Amino acid sequence: MNKLLLVAGGSTLVYACLALMMGVLPGIELSKTPAGQGVQPLTALQAEGRDVYVANGCSYCHTQQVRPLGQDKVFGRPSMAGDFKYQTPELLGSERTGPDLTNIGVRQPSAVWQYIHLYNPRAVVPESIMPSFNWLFDVVARAPVGVAPVPLPKAYAPAQGVVVPTRKAEALIAYLASLKQPALSEADMAMGGQAMAGVAGPVTTGSASSAPATAAATPAAGYDAARGAALFTAHCAACHQADGEGLPGAFPPLKGNAAVNDDDAGKHIDVVLHGLSNTKVGGVVYSSAMPPFADTLGDAEIADIIDYERSSWGNHGKPVTPGQVVTARAAAK
Amino acid sequence: MQTGVTAHHSVAGDQDDRALVAVFSAYIVSATLWLLFATGVGLLLAFKFGAPEFGSGAWLTFGRLRPIHANATFYGFASIVLVGLGYYVAARSSGTRLYSAKLAWIGLALFNLAAVAGTIALDIGYNDGDLEYREWPWPIRLIFLAALVVTAWNLIGTVARRTSEDIYLSNWYIIGGTLWTCIIAVVAVLPWYQYGLGQVAVSGFYMHNAVGMWFTPLALGIFYYALPKLLSRPIYSYALGVFAFWTNLLFYPIIGSHHFLFSPLPWWLQTTAIVFSVAMLVPVWGGSANYLLTMRGRTRDMVHSYPLMFIFVGVMGYLTGSTQGTLEAFRSLQEVWHLTNFTVGHSHLTMYGFVAFAVWGGVYALLPLATGKHAGTLGLAMHFWMALVGSFIYVISLSIGGTIQGLDWIHGLPFIQSVVDMQSYYVWRGVGGSLMFLSHIVFAWNVWRMCYGQGVEAQPLQALHGKEAVA
Repeated sequence: MNKLLLVAGGSTLVYACLALMMGVLPGIELSKTPAGQGVQPLTALQAEGRDVYVANGCSYCHTQQVRPLGQDKVFGRPSMAGDFKYQTPELLGSERTGPDLTNIGVRQPSAVWQYIHLYNPRAVVPESIMPSFNWLFDVVARAPVGVAPVPLPKAYAPAQGVVVPTRKAEALIAYLASLKQPALSEADMAMGGQAMAGVAGPVTTGSASSAPATAAATPAAGYDAARGAALFTAHCAACHQADGEGLPGAFPPLKGNAAVNDDDAGKHIDVVLHGLSNTKVGGVVYSSAMPPFADTLGDAEIADIIDYERSSWGNHGKPVTPGQVVTARAAAK
Repeated sequence: MQTGVTAHHSVAGDQDDRALVAVFSAYIVSATLWLLFATGVGLLLAFKFGAPEFGSGAWLTFGRLRPIHANATFYGFASIVLVGLGYYVAARSSGTRLYSAKLAWIGLALFNLAAVAGTIALDIGYNDGDLEYREWPWPIRLIFLAALVVTAWNLIGTVARRTSEDIYLSNWYIIGGTLWTCIIAVVAVLPWYQYGLGQVAVSGFYMHNAVGMWFTPLALGIFYYALPKLLSRPIYSYALGVFAFWTNLLFYPIIGSHHFLFSPLPWWLQTTAIVFSVAMLVPVWGGSANYLLTMRGRTRDMVHSYPLMFIFVGVMGYLTGSTQGTLEAFRSLQEVWHLTNFTVGHSHLTMYGFVAFAVWGGVYALLPLATGKHAGTLGLAMHFWMALVGSFIYVISLSIGGTIQGLDWIHGLPFIQSVVDMQSYYVWRGVGGSLMFLSHIVFAWNVWRMCYGQGVEAQPLQALHGKEAVA
């Protein structure tokens, strides 16, 4: 009997101590982590949206943690301890079958895009393998007053009637829109630097870690076409589509677009730098917002994207140089 | 051959206690049904990567089925089958009867109640957060905890009635694992220290401990009983087994945070986890060497005995899966593999290549001894080869695909490129998964024959092709 007590009791006691040390105590300590500067609790609607997110297991494919690594820069700045103050249950996730959503409210501010994408992701991203969440929408004969129907492309729209979001879809989109990283305070920056001291390689500095040989390698006359195409796919194609046609009624085409073909590239550069909303393009008013890229992309990258757009799909706008982007950036300040 | 008990002599001898046989069979049958359900769901999930509209609607959506698959595998299949085997091993190796058959039945009812309720809750969108392996709403997890407590009590009661002074090594692992998991379940369910980042720390602790302090020790305990039984030879080193027991206990609970490398968890917590992930090589290599040395020089028996083949693969799964886990914990490799499908390959190498093969070896070795009915070599062969080839395809395709996925990100390609690049590997995963699922249907057929069929008499080491009659 004594031996049984030693094996069962002894090992359990040891384990209890370790569980306390590695589970409970860090839990107690870290639960007290104060909110970072600008980190806000969710509103009632956003919290409802988070419940929809959790109930349907969005975090099995989408993380909400930006690591201090070069490849994570596209998703935002590295996540800090203070960012998670109001995130219970935690949604860091363990797989990135789809992109990280930490900063999705900034990266994709258009609710119209989110609704189309939620209804059927392939309507905007043909290669997507995300499930359709069309069961979060109603198909009605006509939209109620004050509710805009989702402007689905014909191939994805129901044969009859229009599609309107349910309360759950509205809440979910409100939650996604709320996912915005506040800028770091200086204290946070210092902490982040410490935390990353052990990481090899450059991390937070510089603009496009994915393409370190930016301006230097770009010949003055031409532009890096491959990089322009890749950047377009990563940042622009979700709305303007790979064929540059946009989505009728939702996102304007770039193919044949006046600003893109104008010899004066000022407007084109401005829009990419600072975003746009409620604008008339080719006689149609587009209500959805385009995000600004001034903070996320470097001058050479923006020039590459613009040149790609100006030379694709039959467009023939005069190419721009990184220098023009620098000038436009300075002029806006 | 059958009476060649090496560990401890069974007082009950060949006359199995009917109550124990009934309990043992019921646990195995119940676990088999969960295996079919859980992996059927898993297969549907695998198809969804290639055909996202396949099985649409709220109840079949990916994000709800994914935790159903994982939880049903863990707490339906693996937990129930290991406890069933644990009862048999505890009673037989202690030369006694079960402390209480009634408690065992109550435990089985509680395990099933929890798993059914948990599955329904997840499918109607009711969970406690997308917290890996603890998504079930907390009242349901308390039912599971109750099942664990009942089981621990019953196991301790059984071993306390042993006829010898010593406690056989298997029972260390089986009782230890059950008791530790009670603590894990309590730590996971209490809410007071689980806010924001605090919950992340608890998740790191829980995700790893729920696997490595529950399934691992029980499966290792089964090895320590089934191997000597099948080979009619004692375990190579009893002392090495004891050493692996204590080192596993000391090192394993500390490594959980390696699931959150590069996260905002404190850097020291992550680094400690990495250091002890390396230390885990001690119990893993020590334990594996112990099993392999027990099998030394008996290759001929092995190729003639599918139960031994299953256990051999299980040991290799334990060795390679755990060693891979240590490597994955290094920051330099995590940079590439973290958040990719490589992790999914790793989890299947360990839960399938190790745990599932271990329990199948245990079931094929021990269930015929209990019921006196054998499944037949054809069934065992079909199960073994389809499961082995299927899991190979599964793990290798996701390991290659996951590496490509990680490199795509590092090279700064547009994210969607990593989705496109995974497509062919997702297809191979589906192929491997289909074979795995088919093998489970054969397993169910085998279990049926071992429990209810007319079956041929059990002769573990002489189950040669010629002797097998098709029942």
